[in-house]
Amino acid sequence: MHQDHEMHIRRRGRNFGLLAVLLGFIVIIFGVTVVKIRTGGFSEGFDHVARPALVPIEEADQ
Amino acid sequence: MTDASLHIPAPAAIADEASLRDYWQLLKPRLMSLSVFTALVGLLVAPAGVHPFLGATSILWIALGAGASGALNMWFDADIDRVMKRTRKRPIPSGRVAPSDALALGLFLAVLSTVMLGLTANWVAAFWLAFTIFFYTVIYSMWLKRTTSWNTVIGGLAGAFPPMIGYAAVTGGTPVEAWLMVGLIFMWTPPHFWALALFVKMDYHTARIPMLTVTHGRDETRRQAWFWSIGLALVSLGTAVSGIGGPLTLLVAVILNAVFLKGAWDMWHRTDADSEADGHAVEKGLFKWSLVYLFAHFAVFVVEVALGPWGGW
Repeated sequence: MHQDHEMHIRRRGRNFGLLAVLLGFIVIIFGVTVVKIRTGGFSEGFDHVARPALVPIEEADQ
Repeated sequence: MTDASLHIPAPAAIADEASLRDYWQLLKPRLMSLSVFTALVGLLVAPAGVHPFLGATSILWIALGAGASGALNMWFDADIDRVMKRTRKRPIPSGRVAPSDALALGLFLAVLSTVMLGLTANWVAAFWLAFTIFFYTVIYSMWLKRTTSWNTVIGGLAGAFPPMIGYAAVTGGTPVEAWLMVGLIFMWTPPHFWALALFVKMDYHTARIPMLTVTHGRDETRRQAWFWSIGLALVSLGTAVSGIGGPLTLLVAVILNAVFLKGAWDMWHRTDADSEADGHAVEKGLFKWSLVYLFAHFAVFVVEVALGPWGGW
């Protein structure tokens, strides 16, 4: 039967705590990414949004 | 290193092994809570909207940055902490956390919090967070804390930046309103701390830290507390008439400062003998009022914003 090493038993609380912190970090990164994409924070808009200001005047007149 | 090294019995080390709580203590949670509160106020009073999730995570990174400063401070001050009663049980002097671990944690959190605040909010806020960590660790802890009796004043500046970082996280700038909030905490710290130093027996002299009460005497400390209280009142009134203030803030500021100045005046015009006789009643009173003062002053900024069209000038 597999027996946990004494050190692992001793550090169980600490390891689970670290696990919780890492999971929390993942959730935060994911959440920030979702919010940023929805609000357009990361997108400069050069290739996704029409920017009339970038269109040359002659072209815009036609 | 082989597996055999894991079986070497080390009872003392095992008994004192660091828990998560010890690492949490390294981050100085009390100081962190003050940073969280003032940064949140800075974020809420900023004249722009922020997504609630981004706002909350920005506050988290500011708190972690404050925690990084705490860990780096504990790493550098371990020799001082070892000789003072109040700090002897901290994780490093008690032997539960290795100094190198505290240094690694502090540096890691400093980089993480700064980069994440830059990505979550903006790089202006991230710059000021990095500057705060640098200022508290290098300028205050490593240099001025051990060399000048104005260490309380200078250390207070590091604790004063969080509301400005919160403000910058929303607006990307640091206008006069943000600096006034910095000024408020900066002016508040010395009288707050000196009132405490006058009634709690601190053994800074054992650690050879040049505190004002020791280098310039207790009477001079009382006098200085009064002058800084006047400065505090002026900055406080400045915030009340600024863009984050309003009639309500002005009213609250007048009341808060009137009581504060009365306490500081009374504290100046008495001797240590008077203080001993009544159990340091005035000093304790001013210290407690200073806590109410800071909380109420920052809270009223938020109330002013919450009042919408009825708040502000």
